Amino acid sequence: MKAAVAVALLTAFAWFLLRAESQAAVALLLGVGVVAGVLAPRLRMGGGSERLAHGLAFAALLVLAALLREDDFSLLLIARILIVIVACLGLNVQFGYAGVVNFAGASFFGVGGYTAAVLSRSTGMPHLLVLVAGGAAAGLIGTLLLLPVLRTRGHYAALVTIAFALLLRTFLEVNDTLGGPQGLKLPELRVGPLRFNEPVGLGAFEGSFYLRYVALALLVLVLAFAVVQRLERSFAGIALDAVRLDETAAASFGLDVAWWKIAAFTLGNFVTGVAGALSAFMIGFIAPNNYNFAESLIFVSILLLGGIGNPWGLSLATAIVVLLPEKLQVIQEYRFLLFAAMVILILLFRPAGLLPRPMRRLGQVR
Amino acid sequence: MSASLVAQYVMNGAMLGMMYALVAVGFTLFFGVLDVIQFAHGDVVAAGAFAGLLAWAGLSAAGVTSPALLLVAVLLAAALATALLGALVGRFIVLPIKGAPQLNVLLVTLMAGTVLREAIRLFYPGGSQPQRFPALLPSSGWNFGAFHLRLDNVILLAAGALMIVGTHLFITRTRLGLAIRAVAQDEETARTMGIDFRRVVLVTFALGSVLAAFAGVMDGLYYNEVFFGMGLLLGVIGFAAAILGGLGNLYGAIVGGFLFAALQTVGAVALPFASAYKDVFAFGVVIVLMAIRPTGLIGERVSERV
Repeated sequence: MKAAVAVALLTAFAWFLLRAESQAAVALLLGVGVVAGVLAPRLRMGGGSERLAHGLAFAALLVLAALLREDDFSLLLIARILIVIVACLGLNVQFGYAGVVNFAGASFFGVGGYTAAVLSRSTGMPHLLVLVAGGAAAGLIGTLLLLPVLRTRGHYAALVTIAFALLLRTFLEVNDTLGGPQGLKLPELRVGPLRFNEPVGLGAFEGSFYLRYVALALLVLVLAFAVVQRLERSFAGIALDAVRLDETAAASFGLDVAWWKIAAFTLGNFVTGVAGALSAFMIGFIAPNNYNFAESLIFVSILLLGGIGNPWGLSLATAIVVLLPEKLQVIQEYRFLLFAAMVILILLFRPAGLLPRPMRRLGQVR
Repeated sequence: MSASLVAQYVMNGAMLGMMYALVAVGFTLFFGVLDVIQFAHGDVVAAGAFAGLLAWAGLSAAGVTSPALLLVAVLLAAALATALLGALVGRFIVLPIKGAPQLNVLLVTLMAGTVLREAIRLFYPGGSQPQRFPALLPSSGWNFGAFHLRLDNVILLAAGALMIVGTHLFITRTRLGLAIRAVAQDEETARTMGIDFRRVVLVTFALGSVLAAFAGVMDGLYYNEVFFGMGLLLGVIGFAAAILGGLGNLYGAIVGGFLFAALQTVGAVALPFASAYKDVFAFGVVIVLMAIRPTGLIGERVSERV
């Protein structure tokens, strides 16, 4: 019951925030949100059934999308949040579970996007397959980094991924067949007879074409969320935790450390790549500028802000990080500066993030 | 290839190598005393260049025209600004989380670098565009056949070499340098010997950052242009050079810097594709080298202690 009320309140809050026009209203709502966020832990909301929470969150998103059905911009924002959550879920497998650092998140997101653009422009491949291909390409390109990433750790591994992020960005910018700095346009996303860029009309129910993107992004998110959570609860999650916490101990217990790292790195890049492909279709246009190092840092900030390893935490953090600069126009220009400062403060004063990853409750797995 | 062209490339490589070496020495100094990577170092380089530019703009507006005076002012402003920045980063960002997981230290310094980079972009007038850097050195030179040796490049190289020799002397011949070496070797023993650990760390951060400032000004004088994002590139290359030479090894970092510049120059000349791919090649080399020698060419031997 408590959970239902909380989700209803959150949905109402999201609706007000997305509909708020004036900056004063946005600021007021954000103030309310901060106060609620500070008070929430005292109400002891946790402990409910996780399955119920999943269902409620899903229903809340559908209700929110239905309420906002004619508001293009709000729907675009919702879809964008859902997609970024998917991308960060991929990074979460790498950072949060296996402890493999990847500072090139936006690059793998971009590999997915560019793959989608090239495939949808030059082949007749069904677009759902193109999304998967975007993920596969990201996973494949990630294997190029496997050797250096496996052989190094800590700051050395970070350097490898940072170098890759800068390399890919420069490569996209100077490569003419991929559109150079101007980038590429993508055709309309089609799934079977569905054309994604036409308004939705089901009898009396009419709405923006972004509803379809929200639905597809939600579908992808549910899949990714399920995979990541199942992974964490399974023997694989325990193995990954062991690898992250102590490689030597994990190896001496017979775990193949390299194999688990490869699996986590590739799976993470795949998920991030799929998100990138979907994002490219939705925006209809890609350019190297969308995939620079600063964006990669934003992805990592989201993980840290949410609490590394906690999918719910990163979902909340994504909503904050994506919505804040869009609704509070004053900070749009300063967003990289503000997020960087925010991450510094979090690391100095609350290194576990907003929603730290809870202890594994194996007894409850059914 | 004609001899004059070779000479030209060697000169370009030497200039790049000197800049990389100066940045790499900073990384290696910080790693020596604190065992951390200060990823904001590259952006401190950019901040130094912009501080110098600001000093130039201010004095020019005040009517100072003597290039020598302006140059001294530019260098002083850059050195002061970066020494302060470096010490601040060390004091308020790196020292408080010294014992935290490596990832956290990495992130916090990366983010500090982002703050610096964005601050330049947003608050320096016109900072989002590349800024013209004034030519403060004499532009004369000597001709050797088709090869034109520019005096300003020679001065920059000599000054860079002097900076490095000065750092070497400071580290090996002064009491403070001795303290730095002691802390690098064994922090706890150094503390019990009465060395003020915090002071040594701050001095090291200031010293490394001043070298960075010089690299930044050198970059500006060489390319006649500075850009808010220049630190990212210089930082990654400088760090790669420090790793190539073995982190914590001062002379390794210098060798690493020149080695990296040589690779980049050879790559730009020898490879068939356009020079637009120069940076792609450079970063590709970083990745490949890390795969082959994960702890650098002269690298530390790491064995796991359980």
